[in-house]
Amino acid sequence: MRIALFVTCLVDLMRPRIGFAAIRLLEAAGCEVVVPAGQTCCGQPAFNGGDRASAALLAKKVIAEFDGFEYVVAPSGSCADQIRNEYPGLLADDPEWHGRAVALASRVHELTDFLVNVARLDRVPGDFSGSITYHDSCTGLRSLGIKRQPRELLAKLPGVELREMPGAEECCGFGGTFSVKFGEVSAAIAEKKCANACFTGADVIVGGDLGCLLNIEGKLRRMGDETTRVLHVAEVLAGDR
Amino acid sequence: MEIRSMHFKANAATALANPVLQGNLRTSKGKFVDKRRAAIADFQAEGGDFEALREAGRDLRNRVLENLDLWLEKFESTATARGAAVLWAKDGAEICRHVIDIGKRHGVTKAVKSKSMLSEEAGLNQALEAAGIQPVETDLGEYILQINDNEPPSHIIAPVVHKGLDEVADLFARVHRKPRKTGIPELTREAREVLRSHFLTAEMGISGGNFLVAETGSVALVTNEGNGRMVTTLPRVHVVITGIEKVIPTLEDLALLLRLLPRSATGQHISNYVSLLTGVKQPDEHDGPEHLYFILVDNGRAGLVGSEFQDMLRCIRCGACMNHCPVYQTIGGHAYGWVYPGPMGSVLTPLYTGIENAIDLPHAATLCNQCGVVCPVKIPLPELLRKLREKQVEQRLRPLGERLALKAWAWVASKPKLYALGTRIGVRYLDWLAGGGKAIRVLGVVPAWTEGRDFPAPEGKTFRELYARRQKP
Repeated sequence: MRIALFVTCLVDLMRPRIGFAAIRLLEAAGCEVVVPAGQTCCGQPAFNGGDRASAALLAKKVIAEFDGFEYVVAPSGSCADQIRNEYPGLLADDPEWHGRAVALASRVHELTDFLVNVARLDRVPGDFSGSITYHDSCTGLRSLGIKRQPRELLAKLPGVELREMPGAEECCGFGGTFSVKFGEVSAAIAEKKCANACFTGADVIVGGDLGCLLNIEGKLRRMGDETTRVLHVAEVLAGDR
Repeated sequence: MEIRSMHFKANAATALANPVLQGNLRTSKGKFVDKRRAAIADFQAEGGDFEALREAGRDLRNRVLENLDLWLEKFESTATARGAAVLWAKDGAEICRHVIDIGKRHGVTKAVKSKSMLSEEAGLNQALEAAGIQPVETDLGEYILQINDNEPPSHIIAPVVHKGLDEVADLFARVHRKPRKTGIPELTREAREVLRSHFLTAEMGISGGNFLVAETGSVALVTNEGNGRMVTTLPRVHVVITGIEKVIPTLEDLALLLRLLPRSATGQHISNYVSLLTGVKQPDEHDGPEHLYFILVDNGRAGLVGSEFQDMLRCIRCGACMNHCPVYQTIGGHAYGWVYPGPMGSVLTPLYTGIENAIDLPHAATLCNQCGVVCPVKIPLPELLRKLREKQVEQRLRPLGERLALKAWAWVASKPKLYALGTRIGVRYLDWLAGGGKAIRVLGVVPAWTEGRDFPAPEGKTFRELYARRQKP
């Protein structure tokens, strides 16, 4: 199976190792992974900021780069959702592009969803050992139904002890540009998320969307917690090779 | 009501800095969210399908909105046939004029009120006072706010949810000039003693209306305190003020919405009282008003019919969206600056008061869609908020810096080579800011991020660079 990895702009800029971890996992599932070189951003900041024209510009770019592949996989629920569920509406006024958006949509998956439901990954390559708590990122959870998939994969690692936090499905306060438009409110919401996560006493907070993870890690460090690690689920599953 | 939504950021900062409010918000969040969850679990356990119920609620409300004018005419004719008068108000000022005219016609000096958010839209209490009619709020929460110098409500069904027991105890002791009570039953009894004489002496009762039933000309009231029944049956005159979107065709439809509303609002299977009030007192009846008026209000609603925001008119005012909103839970309702807070308020305030008067509200949401999944009539609130953001951009109402930043980002992101160069420089700048540490304490380009948290340091190189290097033999 030849699949394209949509790295996402945040992973490209902040945490390249998540991209490499995703590649290892996809290869472990028997996929041939291609990383289209010209890819940049899916356009969410513009789309959620009300700038439809800019969002449509980037949507067309992503579609043109990716619609030749059997599947497109992103290590982010919100970016996958943007391509899968928002592009068709965004390009509804343009028959040609709308058709291409619709044709691509159902082939776009969030990483853990793809590994569980499409590639049916049996053995995960990582050897992580320790206690973790899982934060369900909003868009992945409520728009793509990402809940069971990461937990099923984590359960394949014998050394992982999953400790569910109270309010795992509650927003961490990131919200894309919300985090800088209303920094104080955003940080106050993050504080509640951190308190809930730390309540479990887990060594690591794990999630599937880097925006949320940067928000949670930033708040933890500001609160003086230097020890609780914050990792993307791909890093945990793929190991440190 | 005065619109203070332009001050959202300052209001939010004040709310965050208020430890008493923060404590009260934590308590109320748990109550609303947990009770709703339990009520729906019970419903499912009894073989119900709450998802199917939400879909039915959505479809019913959509059917009404498709022929809103016809259902309103039907309601007008049935209500009139039962002896009521139906008046129409295009805005808040007209609501006030109608109520004052009715009061003068019937020699009213005092009006008892049960909860009505429409009267908040209109600023009715101030108008009544100016016209020499004393308004007395009888919903316990609204009463507390009224005696606290007419403080505005912070929630649509629990108006005083931002206050704790101690604050209310102090307020009662000061205003009632009685020894300070500390228990909720004692405080409630004290309020009832004060209110009882008002119920018996008021010539007019003013209520809201949860639903208007077109086939019978009735108003349905969903309440928990019993004050609504006193307000609507004791005085000679009863005035119902409600929005034109509240009409539904039949009693059967009411039964559907009554299964959705209390579970979504307070986590009750049914509220303590459901009143169905039809027509004026008949010769063989012992109670009820001699004169019944319906004031059906537009105040921006008609403009939404047929628009891309029509879905918002399905709202049945349960408050579930705000109860589950991470932003509302963190700052409370006053920060939103007008009558309706939380996600539904962030949609309604700009639509009803002018998009330019509430620039921040459509952005005051993380788009987490917790509101959308709890809404009993499936209003796509995040989508409506996003559409309002688009309107702001179209009308050039967003700050120039933000508009340029979005355009510049999209432009650079559409040019892969330029983007690769930009991110290469950007990531090195961030790495330098981190100074070899794990986090950035002050991020100059977006200082709002690091006011309340650190910004984790990047790895140092972009994925694209590392991947290209790896691909080379």
